[in-house]
Amino acid sequence: MSDLNKLTLAAARDRLRAKDVTSVELTQACLGAIEGSGALNAFVHQTPELALERAREADVRLAKGDAPDMCGLPIGIKDLFCTKGVLSQAGSAILDGFKPEYESTVSQNLQDAGAVMLGKLNMDEFAMGSSNETSTYGDVVSPWKRGNDDAKLTPGGSSGGSAAAVAADLCLAATGTDTGGSIRQPAAFVGITGIKPTYGRCSRWGVVAFASSLDQAGPMTKDVRDAAIMLEVMCGHDAKDSTSVDMAVPNFEAMLTGDIKGKKIGLPKEYRMDGMPAEIEKLWANGADMLRDAGAQIVDISLPHTKYALPAYYVIAPAEASSNLARYDGVRYGHRAKLDAGDGITEMYEKTRAEGFGHEVQRRVMIGTYVLSAGFYDAYYNRARRVRALIKRDFENVFADGVDAILTPTTPSAAFGLGEMADADPVQMYLNDVFTVTVNLAGLPGISVPAGVDKQGLPLGLQLIGRPWEEGDLLNTAYALEAAAGFVAKPAKWW
Amino acid sequence: MLDLAYDTPKPRVISGAKHDWELVIGLEVHAQVQSNAKLFSGASTTFGAEPNSNVAFVDSAMPGMLPVINEFCVEQAVRTGLGLKAKINLNSAFDRKNYFYPDLPQGYQISQLYHPIVGEGEVLVELGNGLARIVRIERIHLEQDAGKSIHDMDPNMSFVDLNRTGVALMEIVSRPDIRSPEEAAAFFTKLRQIVRYLGTCDGNMQNGSMRADVNVSICRVGQYEKYQETQDFSHLGTRCEIKNMNSMRFIQAAIEVEARRQIALVEGGGEVVQETRLYDPDKGETRSMRSKEEAHDYRYFPDPDLLPLEIEQSWVDDIAATLPELPDAKKARFINDFKLSDYDASVLTADVESARFFEETATGRDGKITANWVINELFGRLKKEGHDISASPVSPAQLGGIIDLITSDAISGKIAKDLFEIVYTDGGDPAQIVEDRGMKQVTDTGAIEAAVDEIIAANPAQVEKARANPKLAGWFVGQVMKATGGKANPKAVNQIVARKLNG
Repeated sequence: MSDLNKLTLAAARDRLRAKDVTSVELTQACLGAIEGSGALNAFVHQTPELALERAREADVRLAKGDAPDMCGLPIGIKDLFCTKGVLSQAGSAILDGFKPEYESTVSQNLQDAGAVMLGKLNMDEFAMGSSNETSTYGDVVSPWKRGNDDAKLTPGGSSGGSAAAVAADLCLAATGTDTGGSIRQPAAFVGITGIKPTYGRCSRWGVVAFASSLDQAGPMTKDVRDAAIMLEVMCGHDAKDSTSVDMAVPNFEAMLTGDIKGKKIGLPKEYRMDGMPAEIEKLWANGADMLRDAGAQIVDISLPHTKYALPAYYVIAPAEASSNLARYDGVRYGHRAKLDAGDGITEMYEKTRAEGFGHEVQRRVMIGTYVLSAGFYDAYYNRARRVRALIKRDFENVFADGVDAILTPTTPSAAFGLGEMADADPVQMYLNDVFTVTVNLAGLPGISVPAGVDKQGLPLGLQLIGRPWEEGDLLNTAYALEAAAGFVAKPAKWW
Repeated sequence: MLDLAYDTPKPRVISGAKHDWELVIGLEVHAQVQSNAKLFSGASTTFGAEPNSNVAFVDSAMPGMLPVINEFCVEQAVRTGLGLKAKINLNSAFDRKNYFYPDLPQGYQISQLYHPIVGEGEVLVELGNGLARIVRIERIHLEQDAGKSIHDMDPNMSFVDLNRTGVALMEIVSRPDIRSPEEAAAFFTKLRQIVRYLGTCDGNMQNGSMRADVNVSICRVGQYEKYQETQDFSHLGTRCEIKNMNSMRFIQAAIEVEARRQIALVEGGGEVVQETRLYDPDKGETRSMRSKEEAHDYRYFPDPDLLPLEIEQSWVDDIAATLPELPDAKKARFINDFKLSDYDASVLTADVESARFFEETATGRDGKITANWVINELFGRLKKEGHDISASPVSPAQLGGIIDLITSDAISGKIAKDLFEIVYTDGGDPAQIVEDRGMKQVTDTGAIEAAVDEIIAANPAQVEKARANPKLAGWFVGQVMKATGGKANPKAVNQIVARKLNG
């Protein structure tokens, strides 16, 4: 029984239905695993009593035979999701002590399906970061190590806590959010599956906003089948989010046939970057071979505006963030600075925001404020929007030519060490997102599947990008890739 | 509709020390949309609720909360646009206007800078005496109102009430077509009249439901015509914006003092700088609110939480089909159908309720007599008690009954006034009251003759005088009226007195 936390969602579901195990037992296994995982710093708020209460409720539902797919399955929730009565701080000190009076639509959907929340997961502050080093709760440590090197590695970001927790079997799966790669990059770094659905698939209501036109929630799971199961529960139309799309949600799991014969998979030449490690090149080529062997047709494609994606992203995302984060002013909730005699409202804002926001958030708020300011708006923000439209059109053209999915590496490298980028130019850190941001800019679904390890034994991921609203098809292609890659590596437990 | 011909009013000219100057004025009117719920939340818009009781999570900008457009507010904006004969934009969009203030929880106001819902329209502004001007409307956009900051409740603290936060406003922007303080007030009044007719804004200025920012500039005589020909603003002076006025009197006074300030400044060799100013009614001056350097950079950008607002022409057509008769049309119809004077028609169509009252009363009756009774007696009486027409204790049926008694010669005009007072204070059916109280006019000439004979017999000296000077006959008429308790038909009394004195 002690390894129940290592189960996939699908396996646990089947065992629950077979009455082979109870949700309480699954939940206790995970709570036990979490208890010993302090060194990873993945869970930042644990809710064991609440979890056991929900597990008992799930067991009642299961006994009655009223058991949706996620019923009784213990999962972690990224701290960016507002969870009623449970601290929700988006990894930031400025939301110190904030307990929402409401539950985000996505976490509510999971709860309604019977999923059991174990607690809240660490993340980069306001989802701004690619290494989970900007959190007010401190760094998340990856369960992986480089060979015999004891150096602590990043699990990636911003959904670093979710990635580490799933990879270390602290929970069966976790929610993540992805604004520029925040699900896919950490999934690749820790050897798990992460999908960002089409923009509009998952409601953003109750998810602390970073960049509203790019933010999407998605599942981070141990395999592709689990991603299909969990995504189906998370998504769906929500009248409370004007950008949520009213479209039927298919049974994604039923679409996992593994048959990709005749599918046309594109390899974009612009993603072959100078200085890309040979291992990544090789992984990519292997991935293409695997898909070809499975019956897909591999074609070279061009996405000509790719090189402008990262700069455009780092204009649009900070611009929206600078406005979205204006509400953290110390007036109504969260942190408020202690004021000196004679301080007025301006000092209150300045001190509160200087104390409450970390450096990376401050940097992006300032960049965003700058690019929106009078005289610079056209040169930066409007130009970035035009680039965005061109990038979207690049994809549309390729799909119009009959391409079903696009294969790329998820990241330009394997996980790096915590602190290794501390002195680097921030742009070096931003380069982590170079293969993933295009997908957010175009609003497309993208999935990262673990496909191999580098020479130090660290996981590497491949990304598949799909047509809008065709997550089912995308998941099936990923399923075929997963089967061919046969990735089974797990981190050795050291924590 | 009757075509009304008007003359264009002359612009206000102020003589400076060196030159004559004309005024150029444009208004931005903020009209609170009449709706039950706010623009992007389900919270109530009721005025005067407990502080912070009408606040949804999105109004207080809780993390992760999202705005969802209230369709009815959009409908109201469209209705207003149609009422101003304006172009309705089937595609519009919302932008964020970013600035920090405690009564603006999001840190931005959702507004429509780039693509407003309503485009160009026009308003006929009448000034009386056959003068009127067409003022062009540039645009109407929808936006959120801010909350209320209260700084005077505590020496060390400020308080914030978010009840008003997120309530829908229409910003109605005019072109600089207004040329005098009086025209500005008349324009504001006309807008208020129209939105009240439409039911899109209650027009309550005291509660702040309607307020105006006024743009004022001055120019030398002849420059304005060049602007109108070319629409090139360089022919006009630099404008200053006087913020947030909610009284007709203040609007006029502020324009006057601001124009004089600008004239003195320019004639003294200075230059008007474009800035935002506040009017201080106590000191009778405008003051700079923030200089150009302090001006906010609002960093407008399209709100990514909201999709572009797309509406169907058929929906607009449906709204147009339900539009009520508007003031201009109603006034023209009243002049035409009821043979009213321009002035009376204006008074009676000032608001929907008055017009409805008049029309209900006048239907099947003499329009002019009805207008006199409604305006002079009823409005006069209501005004004395500070009531408006909706609180009238006299119904159209009752007033109509009184008028019927007059026109059928059943009662005299004087008695009618007494009767009106009785109906106003005690209620009841006028005909019945006249019956019960014996107020009917005496038209029996025999009875009147007897009364006249009696008075002539009793006052021989007066008879002598009256025969010498026929103007004094009125004294006899008065005596007869007195003797009959005012019920004698005055026309009959006059005739009989004249006959007897001369006889």
